[in-house]
Amino acid sequence: MLVTINGEDINFNKSITIENFLKEKDIDTDAVVVELNKQIIPSEDYKTTYLSNKDILEILRFVGGG
Amino acid sequence: MKEIKERTIDNDLFNVGGKTLTSRLFIGTGKYASDDIIPEVCEHTGACVITVALRRVDFNSKTDNVMQHIPKHMQLMPNTSGARTADEAVRIARLARAMGCGNWIKIEVITDNRYLLPDGYETVKATDILVREGFSVFPYINPDLYVARALVNAGASAIMPLGAPIGTNRGLRTEEMINILIEEIDIPVIVDAGIGKPSHACMAMEAGADACLVNTAIATSENPTLMGKAFADAVNAGRRAYLAGQAVARQLASASSPLTGFLS
Repeated sequence: MLVTINGEDINFNKSITIENFLKEKDIDTDAVVVELNKQIIPSEDYKTTYLSNKDILEILRFVGGG
Repeated sequence: MKEIKERTIDNDLFNVGGKTLTSRLFIGTGKYASDDIIPEVCEHTGACVITVALRRVDFNSKTDNVMQHIPKHMQLMPNTSGARTADEAVRIARLARAMGCGNWIKIEVITDNRYLLPDGYETVKATDILVREGFSVFPYINPDLYVARALVNAGASAIMPLGAPIGTNRGLRTEEMINILIEEIDIPVIVDAGIGKPSHACMAMEAGADACLVNTAIATSENPTLMGKAFADAVNAGRRAYLAGQAVARQLASASSPLTGFLS
């Protein structure tokens, strides 16, 4: 399964939830916002939302800016 | 008499976007050599409002979370930098709100990479949509009267006209146009971008701007804490001068001392 995450194509051997992907990357779920195929995913749904082939996932956070 | 005047200043709160602010200096979080200094800058400026941007997480580099440096009491103003159209600005605004830090959004829609000038038409479109969705919208604009009026009609919380292109530190190059907005527009005018020195901020406040947003000039100074304080003082000085009502400028001299009773 091929998922585009933050503009990068990533291959997965088995299905994975958003929560598990974030854990794997050591990302604090409170510090990010997640958009799956242009839909914002509420953090309480990370656990139950599985990534599918050809999904486009964006994981964003606040950075310094003016 | 003195007491009354002092009280006027103490009561000079700034109501905007559904909040009451005790400072008219808004600050940014971009371009600091180290984000560790941000809490100190917040404290020394007394700023209530601070801007941030929204970007993709970089999985390959473990960088600091800017949020850990921002005092909890501060009002966050995420911007939509990176947006090139109204739709992109709306998308970023929704994502920013989903971060759970309130409903303020600074609209930046920019396609020009050389001068980073904002697109008024797309900005009005984005403002219209986001106000309907319950955002407090702060659009970054060229100081254009018609765009400003359209934003008032769209329900913007304030307008943020530029003094000079972002990050140039060139001061109030658009002074005359900003003065027109101050005169004609009934929502707050917050001068954003281009302010390079405290005297620039002071000049904007003297003219009747409601607030100033300063990022680069503080963040890239040699001592951001001290520069932040200097900007806070300048904003206060300009605001007080505005409230005091300025004395009339004259072409010819007008003696300050009595013109009678000279020694003969």
